[in-house]
Amino acid sequence: MARHRILITEDSPTMRQLLVFALKRLKDVEIVEASDGMDGLRKVTSDHFDLALIDINMPVMDGLKLISLIRGEESLKEMPIIVITTEGAKEDRERALSLGADEYLTKPIQANRVLQVAKSLLKLG
Amino acid sequence: MSDKREGLFARADEVLALFRQGAEFTHELLRENERLRREVAAHQDAQLAASDDRQWEKLRRELLTRIQSLEGEKEDALERLRAVEAENRHFAERYLEIEEENNNLASLYVASYQLHSTLDLSEVLQIIVEIVINLIGAEVFAIYVLDEKTHALSAVAAEGRDVREFPVFELGVGPVGRAVDTGETACAEDLRSDDRHRPIVVIPLRVQEQPIGAIAIQKLLQQKESFTALDHELFTLLAGHAATAIFAARLYSQSERKRNTIQGFIDLLTK
Repeated sequence: MARHRILITEDSPTMRQLLVFALKRLKDVEIVEASDGMDGLRKVTSDHFDLALIDINMPVMDGLKLISLIRGEESLKEMPIIVITTEGAKEDRERALSLGADEYLTKPIQANRVLQVAKSLLKLG
Repeated sequence: MSDKREGLFARADEVLALFRQGAEFTHELLRENERLRREVAAHQDAQLAASDDRQWEKLRRELLTRIQSLEGEKEDALERLRAVEAENRHFAERYLEIEEENNNLASLYVASYQLHSTLDLSEVLQIIVEIVINLIGAEVFAIYVLDEKTHALSAVAAEGRDVREFPVFELGVGPVGRAVDTGETACAEDLRSDDRHRPIVVIPLRVQEQPIGAIAIQKLLQQKESFTALDHELFTLLAGHAATAIFAARLYSQSERKRNTIQGFIDLLTK
């Protein structure tokens, strides 16, 4: 049984694979992938996750909508959320953080930065 | 009788005087004895003191020798500590380098894996778009494909702008045409230039020296300030692997068409 469960909601398979590569370096993790916001919402509400990585620009439901829905759920209020996006503007960052994201990382991503932030939010020292 | 008594008294006096003298002599002897005893004690003390001094001196010399030896050992230990610290720093730097190298290899592996995961041309183009956005950090760019008959390079997929807005280049002409013709990646010095006729990066796509097309990057994401070593590795990877993936997808599509045509004929003949 994995000690930490992580949900990656990202429409790009390339990015998903890269994030999985980075996060697999954490011990005892189980990574679940979702390819759009709706898929992400379905998975995050039907199972327990310790961390969610969410892209902003996605089909069906964008990442900001997904974050606000997650934070609207009482049981998901404390789940850490990392936003991974191409949007580097200050206002985009502020918007995501005000909706309840814990960290905001811009693309192109650096795998070690993702790992470092994930470790910190999962309190892995 | 009286004379006898007087004689006795005189003798007694003499004896008393003798006793007194004896007592004085005894006192004198006792004093002398005491003086000598003190003298002996003083000598003994002096001797002892002299012996202590020699021992102290010996001990002092031994301690100095030991201190010198310990100082030497301390210097050695400090030297070893400095060497270990230097080694640790070196290992920490190497660790970071390897970590970065590892991350870069993961990015290259993912890009390569994705590029060769399909034979569908539109999927290949979509994967190239994803790599250029997510791994390189480009905001506006186009993928050009060379028409072998007309030698025209036209954009077939784009991001950040409509594909029809990207100009058509002739092979060997203009920044895109020249890069495809020479096979050399062209990179502008000013990465913030936004001239659609002059991309900041042109990555020629070639298979065995045969030009296939190019990726022309017009604009980078706001947060992307410069190209890293990984970006240049990705340019090289894309130049070869994206070209191969496009080439393979086109061949597959052509062979599928031919196979369907032949199958149609066979079906006609056999029915």
